[in-house]
Amino acid sequence: MRYDGEVILNHINLDIHEKEFVTILGPSGCGKTTTLRIIGGFVEPESGDVIFNGERINGLPPHKRNVNTVFQKYSLFPHLNVFDNVAFGLKLKKLPKEEIKKKVLKMLAIVDLKGYEKRPVAKLSGGQQQRVAIARALVCDPPIILLDEPLGALDLKLRKSMQLELKEIQQRTEKTFIYVTHDQEEALTMSDRVVVMNNGAIVQTGTPEDIYNEPVNAFVADFIGEANILNGTMIDDCRVRVLGKELECVDKGFGKNTPVDLVIRPEDVIVTTPEDGQLTGVVESVTFKGVHYEISVRVGKCEILVHSTSSAQTDSTVGLRVIPFNIQIMNKLLPVESNIIETEVTYADENERCFEFELEDETVTVRNKYIPQGAMVRIRLPFDALSITGEGDGDLKDVYIESVVYKGAHNEIILESDTRKWLMLSDTDEQVATYVPLYFDFSKASFEVIASPDQKEGA
Amino acid sequence: MKSKKLSIPYILWMLVFTMIPIVMIGLTAFRDKSGAFSPEPMMKAFGTEYRGVLLHSLWIALLSTAICLLLAYPVAYLLTRMKPSTQNTVQLIIMIPMWMNFLLRIYAWKILLQKDGALDMALSLLGIHGTYIGNTAAVVVGMVYEYLPFMVLPIFTVMSKIDGNLIEAAQDLGSNDFAVFRKVIFPLSIPGVISGITMVFVPSASTFLVAEHLGGIDDKMIGDVIDQIFLTDQNVGSALSMILMILILVFLIIMNLFGDEEAIA
Repeated sequence: MRYDGEVILNHINLDIHEKEFVTILGPSGCGKTTTLRIIGGFVEPESGDVIFNGERINGLPPHKRNVNTVFQKYSLFPHLNVFDNVAFGLKLKKLPKEEIKKKVLKMLAIVDLKGYEKRPVAKLSGGQQQRVAIARALVCDPPIILLDEPLGALDLKLRKSMQLELKEIQQRTEKTFIYVTHDQEEALTMSDRVVVMNNGAIVQTGTPEDIYNEPVNAFVADFIGEANILNGTMIDDCRVRVLGKELECVDKGFGKNTPVDLVIRPEDVIVTTPEDGQLTGVVESVTFKGVHYEISVRVGKCEILVHSTSSAQTDSTVGLRVIPFNIQIMNKLLPVESNIIETEVTYADENERCFEFELEDETVTVRNKYIPQGAMVRIRLPFDALSITGEGDGDLKDVYIESVVYKGAHNEIILESDTRKWLMLSDTDEQVATYVPLYFDFSKASFEVIASPDQKEGA
Repeated sequence: MKSKKLSIPYILWMLVFTMIPIVMIGLTAFRDKSGAFSPEPMMKAFGTEYRGVLLHSLWIALLSTAICLLLAYPVAYLLTRMKPSTQNTVQLIIMIPMWMNFLLRIYAWKILLQKDGALDMALSLLGIHGTYIGNTAAVVVGMVYEYLPFMVLPIFTVMSKIDGNLIEAAQDLGSNDFAVFRKVIFPLSIPGVISGITMVFVPSASTFLVAEHLGGIDDKMIGDVIDQIFLTDQNVGSALSMILMILILVFLIIMNLFGDEEAIA
């Protein structure tokens, strides 16, 4: 699926079952709304099929699809009152007047809007408009209802009660709900199944419990709930090295000495005495959160978040324990040790001590390093040699921020340019799914000539 | 209400150049030539002498407005479906005639329609000869040409503000293109239609020169009559102006009532 020349969705393969409440969850710009619009028939996929009850429905216009949508901004008809808004779909089906009236009134009762029939929709509150929009979609009795962040515009309290109401309506009406949201809590509360999307692709599909307890990678772990995500090395099956300590875990099959990501939920960390702890650290801050205390413990350079029912003394040294079952091991999102560019030098100046090479149609200049023109060079850029804040257009103009994961000490940011991905460390929070310029700091890079110009000519 | 002060120049302008003249015309309409109070000018204005012209003017204005609406509405609708760059070009093309002087445009039509004019020459190739000027149709054509942009623009403005999501919502609920138009776009475009009708009907009912140049002897319009009568009889002229103003006012009130009803229904 392409839009404005950008690939929005990539190999989406999603099965949705009858009477299921499926939530598509992801950061804004990840393609979840586009997925919904494809199902609704408002966007045609460039390739691939939309299949409904075994029938391919590509190319079928929205008004012929047996699907109704609750839109993000409700999109109620301002020239019609509550009754006529809800009756809109039924009138198009040319049902007898009496039947329309009966159905609309019944539906308004379900969404708790009895007696509002004659009100103009503009005079309703956000929550009421929301319910009219739901009633308008439900009354047509489609097997599938699509909901595009329908609670986004409501305040927290109303959102919570509407979440429960929606779930109840779904169960009572026995319909398939496909719900799109960026709110992970909403997804966990309501869904039978959650589909986590990022950068136009499905990252993980599973029950809310699966997604929370067994995230497949650091992106999912970070996006769903609060998590300590740490870099580790799998020494062997069930043995992982993290923060300089070797811990026992329950995951197998990652191989020996493999770099991995670890996720430990804050509520799974037990605070104990320094002698008893697997890790020791200094308490940096304690915040009372009502149900629990949020304790931030510094272990080496890393910050570990703990949720505990008992408080701790700031600046005191404590021990931390985690039972093996609560350590979740995941493959690295981008398993590289540094960013490597292998390229040919297109121009070099020995006096100025600089050279240039081409990268994705841009010319990149390296200063204070001379490598003869025509040579093949391998440039290793460590993670901290990349940055996305600076002056000018950058060495690469528009790179896409695919994910930002806080690893206790730094943010680990994965960037996607036209042909490849990059990994960088940053101390600032960046917004995923935005485009930024990328800068290289070649003073931190190492260079290796893999073929000199003569060798190449000889070959 | 802090911006009240800014409206003072406008209020002063309206007072001096609109309100006071209207009151003066109102007073003149009820005086005879000696300046004494008299219902005579009004009686005269209501008399059979002017009734025909008045009705004919309203008829031509109504006809022009209806034709403008029929021509403008589809254009405005198609305009909203074009991409923005084309939209601007087409809007410009619609606007360009308005940059030219009003009278020049009428003269242009005169040349087009008169005997041995462009239309006549073209039709003579088919063996049809004649003049196409000096009849009601020519007046209406001139009027439509003059006021068409005033119909297109308000309708287009209102239509282009219709939320695209509403159209998707209607499609989602089972509307085909025609139902989308009938149940969403048309009802929501009514305010534009009403302001378009107002902007065309009001000036065309009171216009002058168009009929004089393009119409026949019977196609005199009330604007032309008032123009001429003021040279000899200011009192009857004022009375006729008052009647025309009241008729237009009544028309506007009816239009607005219609508009409100549409908005509620």
